[in-house]
Amino acid sequence: MNFKFIVEGGDFTNAGTASSHIKKMMKQLGVDSSIIKRTVVALYEAEVNIVAHAYKGEIEVDIEEDKIYIKLEDEGPGIPDITQAMQKGFSTASPKVREMGFGAGMGLPNMKANADILNVNSVVDKGTIVEITNFFKA
Amino acid sequence: MEEFHHALKFKYELCIGCSHCTGVCPTAAIHVHNGKPILDPNRCIDCGRCYLSCPVNAIYIDQDDFKTIYNYKYPVLLVPSFFSAQFQERISNKAILSAFYHLGFKKVYEVERSVNLLKERYHELLQNENTDKPVISSFCPAIVRLIQVKYPSLVANISRIKPPLDITALFIKKSLENDGVDPKDIGIFYVTPCAAKIAAIKSPVGEDKSVIDGVINMNYMYNKVLRTIKQGEYKLVVDEDDFHTLSNESILFPLTTGEVRLLDFGRNLAIDEVHNVSDFLEKLENEDIDDIDFLELRACDESCAGGILCAGNRFLIAERQRKRVIKNPSTQNTDLMIEYKEYLNQNMIVGPVLPRSMDKLDDDISVAMRKMKKAFEINAHLPQVDCRICGYQTCKELATAIVNQNADLNQCVFIQRTLEQGDKLTTSEAVKITKKVWGDKKVDKNTLKNLNLE
Repeated sequence: MNFKFIVEGGDFTNAGTASSHIKKMMKQLGVDSSIIKRTVVALYEAEVNIVAHAYKGEIEVDIEEDKIYIKLEDEGPGIPDITQAMQKGFSTASPKVREMGFGAGMGLPNMKANADILNVNSVVDKGTIVEITNFFKA
Repeated sequence: MEEFHHALKFKYELCIGCSHCTGVCPTAAIHVHNGKPILDPNRCIDCGRCYLSCPVNAIYIDQDDFKTIYNYKYPVLLVPSFFSAQFQERISNKAILSAFYHLGFKKVYEVERSVNLLKERYHELLQNENTDKPVISSFCPAIVRLIQVKYPSLVANISRIKPPLDITALFIKKSLENDGVDPKDIGIFYVTPCAAKIAAIKSPVGEDKSVIDGVINMNYMYNKVLRTIKQGEYKLVVDEDDFHTLSNESILFPLTTGEVRLLDFGRNLAIDEVHNVSDFLEKLENEDIDDIDFLELRACDESCAGGILCAGNRFLIAERQRKRVIKNPSTQNTDLMIEYKEYLNQNMIVGPVLPRSMDKLDDDISVAMRKMKKAFEINAHLPQVDCRICGYQTCKELATAIVNQNADLNQCVFIQRTLEQGDKLTTSEAVKITKKVWGDKKVDKNTLKNLNLE
């Protein structure tokens, strides 16, 4: 089953819409609540990253019987050094964003901890693609 | 799945089939069929919103017969501290206590006298590094059930410390036994402000059997006590005993922020009213909010003062309760409970609360997947008006009922109109469908004869 969500850059109040929807669907499928939690955390983190850094983005979700695949594609500044961004504590968030309490630099490592497979691809000044896959059976 | 006891029941002979109950239910547990509300026992959390919404009092509380107190030689009554706050101030505590004795109770205690002990356990739990945060209070049984059915990923966060009622009841049983009363003779009765407490006592979560022997509806008790006092036949007690000697914290415990005020550290939040709580738990599940240590969540507006079985206005009850604090001479619960501390601490923890998700469409994930897909498609064709004419709370609920083969698409009045336009449905067929949901009376063409429409 496929879904699409549009994410507006800078709209923090609505960040989390996609994760909330996905959570409800996974509940209907009877997916184990710990797996739902992991998925929601990873997706929420990725959603907030788009809001914080990009101009706009699109989330594609594909739910299958045994797994969920989420692709987040944004138009934005991109990540110059992904390896660095994967490290705890590293942040590119602007002071304005930090004021709102985001951008503590936990984004990517936290996503990695909550995803079975995480792929991050980025082109500077074009955008970033994040892919999250979680399996329903451990 | 194990059947759960529910204290809310329908009186079908009084029901006018208005579906207000269907509309207000926080778990969409009620739908209408043949003009009557049908309750899904796996979804109902006994919060009582339906009870309050019913315009004809067709929802009643399934309760123990008051006479059962006479089955015990030594009936003991446990009353919430705000019981007396329902009465006008000129009615004294002495009079209330005298009325209880007159009715046959041997001892009367206020439930909240165990709050001081509870406070110590709360502190221990919250200061333990291994505790999953936020800790969610287990005090309100409707909230515990709400989390079980709707937010199963949060069940591990529910505190396993028993509520004051259970702790006080344990204390009473033990101390009376020590005083030489035969345990067989002791019957512990609780005056409840809500249906959820009845359900929790009849089928407890996390333990096999409750220590409470019977439950009395607070509204019933209020009337019985008031009548006894008005008729003046009772013998006035000389001594108030320790009926009305609670600490300020204990008095305020059943009101909103009653638990939060016990904690003087960390980030703690108090939320009341079941829909407010739902909104917050929804957010909490998304991990939108962190760093919270403790959540006091209660299903009724103004917490227990707003219990559906309270006699009188919730704001007035809460106000009288706060006034009691101002006049309160004692800041400590002056009782012997401290002597039983060790025993009570050993018996204060219940087993884990287990999830029982209501959302799951099927045990088989591939069937659930198919159903979800289909429900999604159906819902896209529904008007999203949530008018309830189909008998369900929302268009989404109808879509789910259709894929579970409990309802038909043509129960939707908008779908009916669409079919009629394409000559796929006749008026008499549409009437038949409406009758299936709403019964014969609401669309009986003869009823209009008596009405002068010209």
